[in-house]
Amino acid sequence: MGETEGKKDEADYKRLHNFPLVRHSDMPEEMRVETVELCVTACEKFSNNNESAAKMIKETMDKKFGSSWHVVIGEAFGFEITHEAKNLLYLYFGGTLAICVWKCS
Amino acid sequence: MFSASSKTPHKQPRKQSISIGRGTRKKDEDSGTEVGEGTDEWAQSKATVRPPDQLELTDAELKEEFTRILTANNPHAPQNIVRYNFKEGTYKLIGFVNQLAVHYTQVGNLIPKDSDEGRRQHYRDELVADSQESAKVVISETENLEEDEDPKELETEPGSQTVVPAAGAAEKVTEEELMTPKQPKERKLTNQFNFSERASQTFNNPLRDRECQMEPPPRTNFSATANQWEIYDAYVEELEKQEKTKEKEKAKTPVAKKTGKMAMRKLTSLESQTDDITKVSQAAKIVERMVNQNTYDDVAQDFKYYEDAADEYRDQEGTLLPLWKFQNDKAKRLSVTALCWNPKYRDLFAVGYGSYDFMKQSRGMLLLYSMKNPSFPEYMFSSNSGIMCLDIHVDHPYLVAVGHYDGNVAIYNLKKPHSQPSFLSSAKSGKHTDPVWQSELVHIDVIKLKVEGSTTEVPEGLQLHTVGCGTAFDFHKEIDYLFLVGTEEGKIYKCSKSYSSQFLDTYDAHNMAVDAVSWNPYHTKVFMSCSSDWTVKIWDHTIKTPMFIYDLNSAVGDVAWAPYSSTVFTAVTTDGKEKKGQEVQKGPAVEIAKLDKLLNLVREVKTKT
Repeated sequence: MGETEGKKDEADYKRLHNFPLVRHSDMPEEMRVETVELCVTACEKFSNNNESAAKMIKETMDKKFGSSWHVVIGEAFGFEITHEAKNLLYLYFGGTLAICVWKCS
Repeated sequence: MFSASSKTPHKQPRKQSISIGRGTRKKDEDSGTEVGEGTDEWAQSKATVRPPDQLELTDAELKEEFTRILTANNPHAPQNIVRYNFKEGTYKLIGFVNQLAVHYTQVGNLIPKDSDEGRRQHYRDELVADSQESAKVVISETENLEEDEDPKELETEPGSQTVVPAAGAAEKVTEEELMTPKQPKERKLTNQFNFSERASQTFNNPLRDRECQMEPPPRTNFSATANQWEIYDAYVEELEKQEKTKEKEKAKTPVAKKTGKMAMRKLTSLESQTDDITKVSQAAKIVERMVNQNTYDDVAQDFKYYEDAADEYRDQEGTLLPLWKFQNDKAKRLSVTALCWNPKYRDLFAVGYGSYDFMKQSRGMLLLYSMKNPSFPEYMFSSNSGIMCLDIHVDHPYLVAVGHYDGNVAIYNLKKPHSQPSFLSSAKSGKHTDPVWQSELVHIDVIKLKVEGSTTEVPEGLQLHTVGCGTAFDFHKEIDYLFLVGTEEGKIYKCSKSYSSQFLDTYDAHNMAVDAVSWNPYHTKVFMSCSSDWTVKIWDHTIKTPMFIYDLNSAVGDVAWAPYSSTVFTAVTTDGKEKKGQEVQKGPAVEIAKLDKLLNLVREVKTKT
């Protein structure tokens, strides 16, 4: 019983934790919404290749908001970055992924 | 030089025109040497034409082959040149004779590359080639060619030079012109004789470097760790929050029915409003107090240092200095009926508003002021009936007992933000029907004294019947159950809480109603009473007759002991004078101040010793 419950919980939380959860952001509201949507799209499209997803996000951000964006997607990493004020977004997605997007030229 | 004659007698026909042309152009002709052969050549225009002086030879002789040996020797050069040698003075035979025969000479202007002039020219050409097009190198070459031709012309026409210099020049020009169309890529050559070149240069402004750099956009650092457990925790938290908000919404919806909805909206809006304000309220309070302190700074100084030289006794005015004036718009038209200090917070005092006008009775108010903020009360309660008396509990300084004109007793709890009393006696719980004159909070029991002449204890409902109406009472400082009651007739009864039906003692105190009774804080046996018969009397409760009597020439409204001395008390008369009396001396010692109809005295805070 416990096992099946555990599995159910796992499946549950995977299903439940699928939404994008913004952990830290100092972007203006509009920009943040756009960026979150973009990240979600990219991660869903390249669900098995973080590099391509990151590439897509970075290029789109460069075009939209100016040059020199950096994107890191992963499941376990620590970081310390310097970013331009009001150009940082750090969010979780899909229960396992963490995405950090920042601008620094 | 080869001697040109390797001819067989059979001569091939030759083109004579070329030789004629060559002939005209020859320069240093050795005209003497080749006449013979030249004439032969001249005479032979066609093979068939036989000149008359030609050798007539037989065929055999014709076929005979003569071998001629070609040597580099000049056949016309003399082999026996003799020259006079000046040194020896004789003619000498020169052995070696110059075999050179010059057929044609031309002075050229080709300079060897390695010579000085050659190098200079090469260098100049290089410069020219660097700054101009490469085609110009060709031009310079053609110029050289032209120059070659020019001297040629000059020399070939030595005679005609002087005659037709212009023609030569014209020829030159034409030749130059001929040259130029052939090479259209080259620059147009300037004619130095007919054209002159002028050039000018305007002043160019000096160049300046200007640099500017914007401030770079501000940067900040950020660091975090992304782990599976962090992500999981964050999601779980977020879900919990969402669930909570959902629950709140669900909880609100069933409550909101009919008018509840409007109220809910109001509540929520109020909540949000109060949320916004409450955050600032603490700060605003402090700021308000600061502003007041600054405004009433001198007053605060007077209050703090009250033993000032300015506070000496002044005639007619006494030593009473009014410090603050507390007033509130909402309490207009209401008289102050009761005052009480808060035992715990020394700057807080309660004011009860009501009306002494027995014909007109209106609403009442209870305001609690702080001395730190004289402009606005800290707490404000309003009630339907005028407040006649109030008291603050000693141990629970947030409880305020209030007696109303309509006989209600209410207890307000200052801790709670309600604007309604937490306890209100009503007809059910045995309330009075007449004005409550005095109430005192002893422990948690409220003891009220009302006109009707019974003292009751709420909630026990202990009733004591008196003959007349009670107007004042006071509890003994130490003996808890003992208290004094003053009546309208002028008698004072000593009562006990435990004996509900009888008085312990009776004193015939005054001729008129007893307005106030008060135990001495230091002499536990001594108490004091005042009444409208102009007297203040000091008693020992074991003795039936008063110890001291003070006649004040006007009705005494209230009397109170000084907390710092057992022999000093204060009395207030209806003519507005407040008098301080010393027990030792008979009669009022010092006339203090004129006040407008002060009917109440605030008992100074009873210090717990």
